Amino acid sequence: MKSESVSELWRFRELLYFLAWRDVKVRYKQAALGVAWAIIQPLFTMFIFTLFFGRLAGVPSDGIPYPLFSLCALVPWTYFSGTLSQAGNSLISNSNLITKVYFPRALLPAASALGGMPDFLVGSGVLVVMMFYYRVKPSWSLLLAPLFVFGMMVLVFGMSMLLAAMNVRYRDVKYAIPFLIQIWLFVTPIIYPSTFLPKRFQQILALNPMAGIVEGFRSCLFPNRPMDLTLVGTSAAVTLVVLVVGALYFRKTERTFADII
Amino acid sequence: MPISFEEESRTAGAPRKSPMKDAIIVDNLSKKFELGALSHETMLRERLVTFFTGSFLKRAAKKEILWALKNVSFQIGEREVVGIIGRNGAGKSTLLKVLSKITYPTSGRVQVRGRVASLLEVGTGFHEELTGRENIYLNGSILGMKKREVEAKLDAIVEFAGVERFVDTPIKRFSSGMRLRLGFAVAAHLDPDILIIDEVLAVGDAGFQKKCLNAMEDLRSGGRTVLFVSHNMAAVENLCTRAIWIDDGKIHQDGPAHEVIESYMATFASSQQATTDLTQVESRRGSGEIRYTGFEFLSKDGQPLAMMRSGESVTFRFHYHAKESVRYPFFGLRLFTELGTLITETGTWHHGIAIPEIPPGEGYIDLEIDSLNLMPARYLLTVGISGEGFHLYDNLDHCARLDVEDANIYSSGRNLSGHYGIMFFPQRWRLRGIPSITHQG
Repeated sequence: MKSESVSELWRFRELLYFLAWRDVKVRYKQAALGVAWAIIQPLFTMFIFTLFFGRLAGVPSDGIPYPLFSLCALVPWTYFSGTLSQAGNSLISNSNLITKVYFPRALLPAASALGGMPDFLVGSGVLVVMMFYYRVKPSWSLLLAPLFVFGMMVLVFGMSMLLAAMNVRYRDVKYAIPFLIQIWLFVTPIIYPSTFLPKRFQQILALNPMAGIVEGFRSCLFPNRPMDLTLVGTSAAVTLVVLVVGALYFRKTERTFADII
Repeated sequence: MPISFEEESRTAGAPRKSPMKDAIIVDNLSKKFELGALSHETMLRERLVTFFTGSFLKRAAKKEILWALKNVSFQIGEREVVGIIGRNGAGKSTLLKVLSKITYPTSGRVQVRGRVASLLEVGTGFHEELTGRENIYLNGSILGMKKREVEAKLDAIVEFAGVERFVDTPIKRFSSGMRLRLGFAVAAHLDPDILIIDEVLAVGDAGFQKKCLNAMEDLRSGGRTVLFVSHNMAAVENLCTRAIWIDDGKIHQDGPAHEVIESYMATFASSQQATTDLTQVESRRGSGEIRYTGFEFLSKDGQPLAMMRSGESVTFRFHYHAKESVRYPFFGLRLFTELGTLITETGTWHHGIAIPEIPPGEGYIDLEIDSLNLMPARYLLTVGISGEGFHLYDNLDHCARLDVEDANIYSSGRNLSGHYGIMFFPQRWRLRGIPSITHQG
């Protein structure tokens, strides 16, 4: 991205905050359980996964209790999938703003990426409680976790710039996103550890940027789990590519948003 | 041709620049829309089909090109208040959108100096689930206010809108009037150098419109540059020193407001005729299953009237043609002053008349007016046919002119003219016991 558009994003930071704040507020305004959903969602999925994959299918979890193993991947995954589906529609669902006011359009996917954070933090709280319960002692590597969270936000931002911009022109994207997320869940080491796959497939898996983020996040939390630097490095590179491609496509198309939305 | 937007943001405390500088420079601006292209490629599937079937088929999807703006150039000085007028679809809104950076020009250059606030709609970004207070923050932020600014002005905004009791109620419980007032209240507290407004005043009741006009008056005296699109010629004439008339994407006339308005108004229905043919009118809206074909002014005994007098009885006859059978249509008309102020709207809907079906073919309906209580002046008529659920079959803005001549309204022999108002009521004065002499004409 050019420096002028970055500085413009900075000038509009308050609007970014308000748009993210609106998304969060509206999400829980009418839900009776409110923020509890941020706890229920990953926790319930964890129970299901533990029952079916951990117990019945006997998927290995590298010595970590399976519930904890899956939950520490489910918390970032819940953020990723929830935010991506919302951010992918962020332009078309705000068409009234796009046709009536000027602001850097990238604020909309960015606000969605930011608006998913409170839920992620609540989910992380659940994760911390679970770690206490299983008496996992964290090490210094825990301090690296925010790096992976940041990487995840960058990935969501890049992906959603691409998807949201395509969505303006091709409404098919709206239907493709849930499908995409469903497939993506299975090619990400959430249910299984990346070591579960043959070496050959592990290399292909690394091209999925969520693989490095999820496994990296896991390694930060569990001291005895070595960080797979090749996996993490590849994922970081792919994330960067996604960001650049997303930003370029967005920049190329954003001038026509108001005309065709 | 290079396209560039240059913008200098001004900090709140900095002095305003000298009045001689241009706030807005528009240089050879054009904007093209490709109408056909959009509907043809919006689905990925079709895009893929065109990709695989090769380019010879791609050519078949003919693109219809519309130039919404063509080679428009003008400068607007600081603190100038300029009205933009023109018919529907002339390109006024597109111009405002380009100036507000919402849409981009196909070619040409736009240069804007200062903090811009554009109000193309009242209450942009309001969210139903959020409370009045929350929406003030959101809307203010969307219009470019800082959080601290909103905080400082919150009480004033709430008071202006008159919604004190409902600040913490979700706005889905607000009436449309309250919503409108809230939206305008936020807008009225903006502090931009340049304000761009699109027909905001066309909505709301008379009291609210007055409040809006006052607020605009304040903005003007506050030394801001204002660009203002409206169909209300009276408002444009009152507020603006200069007007730009846009027609068919080009500047038709640019000059002192009253001159431009005068020549603009002169193009409407050149003179009143007893019968007006509406079949050739192109600037009409609506789906067209049923359309007006003509219009007649008739006297009480059915004779064509080329001219009418205040207080006369008159019949308006609307001729229509239905292409197919039309169910439950509503016929209506609106009467405007020459400056575009709505005097009255009436129609079969207003009278609670339901017409189950109009068979295909020609026909007419009459509106009989017992006494035309209009003061002598020139008036404009807009006619329309609508259907259930706000469906519009046909609409012709300002398609006929109505000239009301001087008349002996109160039988006083005094020829009262338009100086004495727009309309009159059948009336009498009672002087109980006070000696008087009545001038009888």
